Amino acid sequence: METGKPARSRDTLDRRHEGIESKVEGFNDRARRALEDEFLHESVARFTKKSVASRQAALERLPEAPELRETAYRIKQETMANLDRYLEQLAGAVEERGGKVFFASDGEEVVNYVGELARRRGSKVVTKSKSMATEEIELNRRLEESYGELGLEIIETDLGEWIAQLAGDHPSHIVAPIVHMNRHQIADVLSGVAGEALPPNVEDLLQFARKRLREKFLAADIGITGVNFGVAETGTICTVTNEGNGRLVSSVPPVHVAVMGIEKVIPKLEDLSVFTRILGRSSTGQDLSVYTNLVTGPRQEGELDGPEEFHLILMDNGRSDLLGTEFEEALYCIRCGACLNVCPVYRQTGGHAYGSTYSGPIGAVITPLLKGNEEAKDLPHASSLCGACTEACPVGIPLHELLLKLRNRQVDEGLAGKGQSVAFKGFENTMKSPALYKISGKVGRMAQKPLVKDGKIGRKLPGPLAGWTGTRDLPALAKKPFRELWREGI
Amino acid sequence: MFIPCYVDLVYPEVGVSVVRVLRRLGVEVTYPEGQTCCGQPAFNSGFFEEARTVARHFLDVFESEECDYVVCPSGSCATMASHYYPLVFEGLAGERARSEALGARVREFSDFLVNVLGVRELGARHAGKAVFHCGCHQRRELGVLEEPRELLRDVEGLDLLEWRNEELCCGFGGTFSVKMPDVSTAMADEKIRALEESGADTLISGDSSCLMHLEGRLQRTGPATRVYHLAQILDTEDGEVV
Repeated sequence: METGKPARSRDTLDRRHEGIESKVEGFNDRARRALEDEFLHESVARFTKKSVASRQAALERLPEAPELRETAYRIKQETMANLDRYLEQLAGAVEERGGKVFFASDGEEVVNYVGELARRRGSKVVTKSKSMATEEIELNRRLEESYGELGLEIIETDLGEWIAQLAGDHPSHIVAPIVHMNRHQIADVLSGVAGEALPPNVEDLLQFARKRLREKFLAADIGITGVNFGVAETGTICTVTNEGNGRLVSSVPPVHVAVMGIEKVIPKLEDLSVFTRILGRSSTGQDLSVYTNLVTGPRQEGELDGPEEFHLILMDNGRSDLLGTEFEEALYCIRCGACLNVCPVYRQTGGHAYGSTYSGPIGAVITPLLKGNEEAKDLPHASSLCGACTEACPVGIPLHELLLKLRNRQVDEGLAGKGQSVAFKGFENTMKSPALYKISGKVGRMAQKPLVKDGKIGRKLPGPLAGWTGTRDLPALAKKPFRELWREGI
Repeated sequence: MFIPCYVDLVYPEVGVSVVRVLRRLGVEVTYPEGQTCCGQPAFNSGFFEEARTVARHFLDVFESEECDYVVCPSGSCATMASHYYPLVFEGLAGERARSEALGARVREFSDFLVNVLGVRELGARHAGKAVFHCGCHQRRELGVLEEPRELLRDVEGLDLLEWRNEELCCGFGGTFSVKMPDVSTAMADEKIRALEESGADTLISGDSSCLMHLEGRLQRTGPATRVYHLAQILDTEDGEVV
């Protein structure tokens, strides 16, 4: 990469409008763009490789990992079966400690709740720590649009998220939001904020970010965090971060709003020990993330710190539709990113190719589930079904089987396209009849004659084989199939 | 013996090697001629109903054959018949039970050699520096990872090399290779780079479908590499693949 290359020369589009609220199609086009971007390609490969190795090493230090996986799965399974009860319990416990709880059925209700809260409080500055749930509903953009008159300044404080926000970009990884950017691009973005050219030097950039973000932490009227786990038994919200920004967002401003997907509830405090042991290890290879924050309601009498007001927003946004269906396991996800790191497709394309908030295998599963098949038609197909995701998932979600079932759902809903439907009907009829199968072989051997040279088709063909022959040779059908050789005697 | 459709039509020599190796080991081999395909292409594309018809045909053909095992020289097709049929027949108790019973007898070629017959040494000889690519189904669903390597380590003259990121998928993925050709090809390229770095001149796998993909890409862009199915290496005569 050349030094000083402007950050946005690669893609000057403002991608904020391509989030989960937009139609997700054209995986191939996005993937092609990503593949042509040598830096992105290398950077994603390097990062994922490192993450896979650290995860592996961390799991080797945890001999009980396989049992934890089963325990985690069972806890999630039991939680989903009684989700309404646990959510009520959680809400009750939070309220008992003086917190407020709001059930939001979709993103709009979250936006309105936060907007009205900001209006009531006369807030100006809102700090946020990393939260995929608020990315999912594009909270920042929608607050700016729907509550423009409040003049809110919303600042992401996770370093990567902040840089993505400043660059008008989306996170491309659940855990490492700007894995697709290099330090020159980052220097360029931060220079824009600094009003002077910052050197593309990691230490200098960090110091600048630290200083600037500290000002915002102190000025904030509202702090918004996500939630990694919500403990029903105690009303405790657990957030896991590595930068400490989560603490500054949840404890410094007078108001703390925690936005939590309803599937993040866990029954008991002791269950946390299962999930915190697997989250850091699966995500970054750390035995434990640097900061594991447990927040139980607003500041209590006699306490020295903590917010005056604590609001927990329990967001559904399509999740409850999956309960009791064959896709329920998709709700078990703890957003560790392990499936992204091991995915050979993600490794080639990075996250933006998926065109959705959630990328990689889990993104390919939950995007169509939360948004509807028609909105994310390509994603279930953006997988070779190699199963690396399923193998890596620390809570045992059978990701590649869910992708298969999503493909099947497309077929059932008539979304597979006429060409494919006709082709597989033909396949079915041929393969159920040995006679027809034999004849098809014969026809194929005749038909291929003009195309075959040296036992293969070495050039791009039009039609259904274009996808293959554009980049790869295709072997010719053998002169005699095995069944003939068998008959003749082996 | 189950010879998958694409082995039958494109790589009959692989089937021939399987027969020869098995016979050499004293196995009585039968080949039910009514067999066609396991149904995986339809299943992987989401056409479960079409896959079900083909799977039903598979059950009919192999259930009526008197045999102890159904041996298949493809980890992927063996997985379909042994692991995915129960999913194909979900909600159809009778056929599901049939598929589970038959599935327990379906064995991938190297799995059968090592774990059923207890074979290690076949007396094969083949000069070359090789890397082995384990198909993803064989690796993750079947867990037959070491068996082919054990067999290859005992091939005289064959230097079995380690290669970088050997656990990565080759990018074939059935219709994925046609639907997402750019990513699929980039995945093959990554494997080919690792192959080049390893210094291997031979690529071996237990899945001809992965080999079709990698060889197809190698022929376009890669270094000259000999590409063989495991069975062909185990079937060498005087050091030569027949």
